[in-house]
Amino acid sequence: MALPKAKIDATEARLSGMQIPEGGAGWARAARNDALERLTGMGLPYRRDEYWRFTNPAEFLAPETPRAEIALDAPGFEDTQALRVVFTDGVFDEAASDDLSQEALEIERFADAVTKDIHWVKGLLGVLETAGQDRVDRPLATFNTAFAEDGLVLRATGKVARPVHVEYRRAGEQAEAVLRHMVRIEDGAELTLLESGVGAARLNTGMEVDIADNGAFHHVRMQGRDHERRAATHAFARLGQESTFKSFTLSLNGMMTRNEVVITLKGGDAVAHVAGAALGDGRDFHHDDTVFVTHDAVNCESRQVFKKVLRNGATGVFQGKILVQPDAQKTDGYQISQSLLLDEDANFLAKPELEIYADDVQCSHGSTSGAIDETALFYLKSRGIPEDKAQDLLVLAFVAEALAEIEDEGLAETLREQLAGWLERRR
Amino acid sequence: MLKISDLKVKLEEEDKQILKGVDLEVGAGQVHAIMGPNGSGKSTLSYVLSGRDGYEVTGGSASLEGVDLLDMEPEERAAAGLFLAFQYPVEIPGVGNMTFLRTSYNAQRKARGEDEVSAAEFLKLVREKAKDLKIDAEMLKRPVNVGFSGGEKKRNEILQMAVLEPKMCILDETDSGLDVDAMKLVSDGVNALRSEGRSFLVITHYQRLLDHIVPDVVHIMANGRIVKSGGPELALEVEKNGYADLMDEVQ
Repeated sequence: MALPKAKIDATEARLSGMQIPEGGAGWARAARNDALERLTGMGLPYRRDEYWRFTNPAEFLAPETPRAEIALDAPGFEDTQALRVVFTDGVFDEAASDDLSQEALEIERFADAVTKDIHWVKGLLGVLETAGQDRVDRPLATFNTAFAEDGLVLRATGKVARPVHVEYRRAGEQAEAVLRHMVRIEDGAELTLLESGVGAARLNTGMEVDIADNGAFHHVRMQGRDHERRAATHAFARLGQESTFKSFTLSLNGMMTRNEVVITLKGGDAVAHVAGAALGDGRDFHHDDTVFVTHDAVNCESRQVFKKVLRNGATGVFQGKILVQPDAQKTDGYQISQSLLLDEDANFLAKPELEIYADDVQCSHGSTSGAIDETALFYLKSRGIPEDKAQDLLVLAFVAEALAEIEDEGLAETLREQLAGWLERRR
Repeated sequence: MLKISDLKVKLEEEDKQILKGVDLEVGAGQVHAIMGPNGSGKSTLSYVLSGRDGYEVTGGSASLEGVDLLDMEPEERAAAGLFLAFQYPVEIPGVGNMTFLRTSYNAQRKARGEDEVSAAEFLKLVREKAKDLKIDAEMLKRPVNVGFSGGEKKRNEILQMAVLEPKMCILDETDSGLDVDAMKLVSDGVNALRSEGRSFLVITHYQRLLDHIVPDVVHIMANGRIVKSGGPELALEVEKNGYADLMDEVQ
């Protein structure tokens, strides 16, 4: 089908002057060229795409990178023992990073990996992203495959004791960053990946995660040091038998954030949890969580738990889908998305979907949106707690269910403190 | 301690007068009970005194130790020493009971210009109070009132009272939803907190609570006014003859 002219024009404008990165090996060049070809074929998103009904992609499409002030805020995961890897304006920052070595983990820069002949990387780059285009176009992910120059390539061969912490930093006010992370968790291996920090004035991150049988991948992300953030992120995960994927994102403000997570449960008895809490204050806040979980094996469990707290004209979006394929019997799928609207100006738009082709499954979904519970507020105030503090307590209570999805208590506590600090500063 | 004069209150949203001139004075260390049929305005009185939204004071006054209550925010009234034990204590998932207690305690101290206490000091204080009231320490770890039985919720109210040490306690139908054993436990808790400097206003439908918490004065409230006051024997009279006889007598 021919693309609408507006879309072709926008895509051409955005891509004009952009080059496939130089220097990759033949296989990488092929994968990038293939992505560029697919991207030209599908076009970049525009307002009239159903998948972008609630979020205007214009911020991601402007040919010129928008300017964003370099904001400093409390750093994330400061007290967490982790292997720190820093990217400044989208480029690996060796001086600021720890030595890239860790037991049970092969780790290197994406920029290096694409020049080498690493079997699993060759077999994965763009593969999960391409598979994730089934039913819905995700052109910004394809854009990432075509243009990403740097990122991290991680292969866990055993239980990795220390988390890897990717910290994004920004030096230029008009920097654009396109980063690609590739993760392979081998049979029985385990890895925790943390992400934090300001990426760039405009950030596009992509991640492909391939989890072998019995593997476990934990992902905890903090978005929040950059109020002028324009970020489009994608995570694609493929899960083997009895494997685990858990991802949690805390987002505080940010002008335009779209986090997409696309998961396929390929092996039986696998478990995938995706959760997030987003807090937005102000008309220029827009946060979108878009999740697509495909059950393609028996007896798997998936959970999506998303909470949004919005005020002063902030907008929150949730699009979540559970697709259960004919063979995925005994599926246990759960999806909840809730918003707490602190005033009448805030907006919450939700599109929960179930598509089920197996007959012996348990799937539930719910979406609610409501104001603060006045009775609870009065109860707290009647005990001497001032109104603003009482409201903060109820906000923390509201997001608690999402935070409970983080398996590591220490990390959950870190995020809780981050959240409490943010609330305090907003008063 | 508590002085209410000719208090008139209507609902904010509709033109409905609930309290039509309530006069009441509770002395230091005294326990007063208010009884009355449904819709007489008993609970409204407790909400208005503690500052809940939705009511409009159209006349009269209410003061605690000479300080005007009606101009204050609910949290200011609490810091001034007023405490309302709720008929239906609110469940707050995600907020630990201990956090709730400590936040309340420190907020009141701060409002009074006193130093806040550390988590460790506070833990010690709460454990002692809980022990005195025979409250399981496990209850402190759970989210506020979530999954608590009716009895546990009411005992949690009493624990808050014990920790916050208010001067004036209003108990709004504390006996509702309690079986005999739970009522006894809660009453024992209240009695343990009775002291010369602390007064109680016990709102109840039934006389049975007053067997356990023996009041100095009993008031009968009807149609937005206190229509009769007397000693504990008045409660027995109501129990025996019901409110209807009493209403006839008053009219």
